Amino acid sequence: MTLASVKGIALVGLRGELVDIEVDISDGLPGYSLLGLPDAALLESRERVRSALVNSGAPWPNKRVTVSLSPAWLHKSGSGFDLPIATALMIAQGLTSGNDLQRTIFLGELALDGSVRAIRGVLPALLSAAERGITSAIIPSGNLNEAMGIDEIKVIGISHLRDLIAFIENGEIPERDGEGAPNEPALAKVDLSEVVGQKKARFALEMAAIGGHHLLLLGPPGTGKTMLAERIPTVMPPLTQQQAIEVAAIHSVAGALIDRSAHSRTPPFVAPHHTTTTTAMVGGGSHFIKPGACSMAHCGVLFIDEAPECNVGVLDSLRQPLESGSIAISRASGTVTFPADFLLVLAANPCPCGRLNGRGRACTCSSVQIRRYMQRLSGPLMDRIDIRTFVEVPSRTELAAVEGGESSADVRTRVIAAREVALDRFRNLGWELNSRIPAKDLRQRFRATRDGMAFLHSELDHERLSARGYHKVLRLAWSIADRNGVTVPGLAEVQSAHQLREGGELA
Amino acid sequence: MKNRLAQIGANGETLVATYLEKQGAMILARNWRIKGGEIDIVARQGATLIFVEVKSRTSSRYGHPLEAISPEKALRLQRLALAWIATHDQWGADYRIDCAAVSYRNGLKPEIDYRLGVL
Repeated sequence: MTLASVKGIALVGLRGELVDIEVDISDGLPGYSLLGLPDAALLESRERVRSALVNSGAPWPNKRVTVSLSPAWLHKSGSGFDLPIATALMIAQGLTSGNDLQRTIFLGELALDGSVRAIRGVLPALLSAAERGITSAIIPSGNLNEAMGIDEIKVIGISHLRDLIAFIENGEIPERDGEGAPNEPALAKVDLSEVVGQKKARFALEMAAIGGHHLLLLGPPGTGKTMLAERIPTVMPPLTQQQAIEVAAIHSVAGALIDRSAHSRTPPFVAPHHTTTTTAMVGGGSHFIKPGACSMAHCGVLFIDEAPECNVGVLDSLRQPLESGSIAISRASGTVTFPADFLLVLAANPCPCGRLNGRGRACTCSSVQIRRYMQRLSGPLMDRIDIRTFVEVPSRTELAAVEGGESSADVRTRVIAAREVALDRFRNLGWELNSRIPAKDLRQRFRATRDGMAFLHSELDHERLSARGYHKVLRLAWSIADRNGVTVPGLAEVQSAHQLREGGELA
Repeated sequence: MKNRLAQIGANGETLVATYLEKQGAMILARNWRIKGGEIDIVARQGATLIFVEVKSRTSSRYGHPLEAISPEKALRLQRLALAWIATHDQWGADYRIDCAAVSYRNGLKPEIDYRLGVL
């Protein structure tokens, strides 16, 4: 047989398209042509596949080799097609029968010695393959940890091209020692108990976790804004199985599963530097569109330190994902949508010199400077921030305290309980978090008590609260009520919410 | 050293010429050389002119012999074939360009890998 066809998969965002890899070996001068819009990495597959085949003891056909990847109009990229091309070449040369492979996909990059290297995007590829009726998959053994938990597909990990030949021949993989899923990297364990004092900020943090309220931490340098933000994932409820798969799929496409186990239930924490570009924040790329920081933070926390120092437009690019929970990236090669439902946490100094605090000590900035500094956080973005809290310098007594603060586990228990109350209330309504209550429902079905509403109306009348602020305070009040075990938010909850929303306002 | 390589090449061409004759072709020219290069073998089989490029190798260390035919070399062969046709006033004749690889393995009979009409 001089013609062979096996299946691979090409990723467009998180969606995989099945790709037929056809190989034809015909008489003529030795040559190799690869058809079907390959990118540079894929064009180089010729050299990898050739060396890998020869070094695994398989012959290279010294004839005219034509490799075609169809559908031909789809841009294909990356090294994941090495393995299917090599397989098709072996079948076309009659080395293996290759019967019965029409429901099998192959993924993997080849090293020159024939060993199979891990690639990115294996998890979303397998999920898409399962939807398209594929029943088995052959993937690099280095990616096996991503495949756990996928039951619809029989997944076989191989580490060398020789194993593949053995597998196609008799359906078995020779055992090899010293391999398996890489260990989960030791994450720096952080806990809220390490934070001393900060009663207000702790409360704000808990509310953010309960209701999914976006948060702005204001405070002088060295007061612990970053420390607090890093600990938000530890008080959030663990990811559900569905969420964990979504998060792992995004990280897999970005090639970032080295930093994160594929089955971690911890919400991700992503902290891009303030010099980051818009593309890095929301995702992009010309042929292969990669998810950005805001998608990597899906179901977790996106923390931006020194937010006013961010480049123009970077923060505002977050407005679409903040609104819709996903981000659509359009390029010439097509449009890709990545989920991006994150908790936004911004940190900022209160002024350019950083020493402004409520007591007005030591700050050398003029009022114009301060106003200009805060103006860098645009109005539309700040409108989406529910909680603004001031992180105070810890006092001497707080620093001297022997006992640490409340631990993450304790706070998390309260957060989970409060979220369950909300979940119960919003059953069959299409949202789960207090911060997601639509304005219309807020005014009708989810009002506060009579005196709570009266307080809000008086604030509105005195123009101390915008219409949007009015809704935000109400949503926040629901989170506080859930935490305190109150069925409907009353005056106390509404006032407390109002303080949380407006608390960070200094100027 | 140079002599040895030339010897191997000439040997290979003779082997291919013999092979062609066995196939019923008539050898018209060997090593036809002009300013632009050289055609190893020109033959005629029936009404068809055959131009043959022969590559000989004593090991496969440098890859398959026919891989040595680069796109530039292929272009040159086509030009040479037309030049031969022009100088011998054979316009309109059917022709094809073949390639042959001759591999010598220690102590074994040389092997001919003959490919028809590859260019």
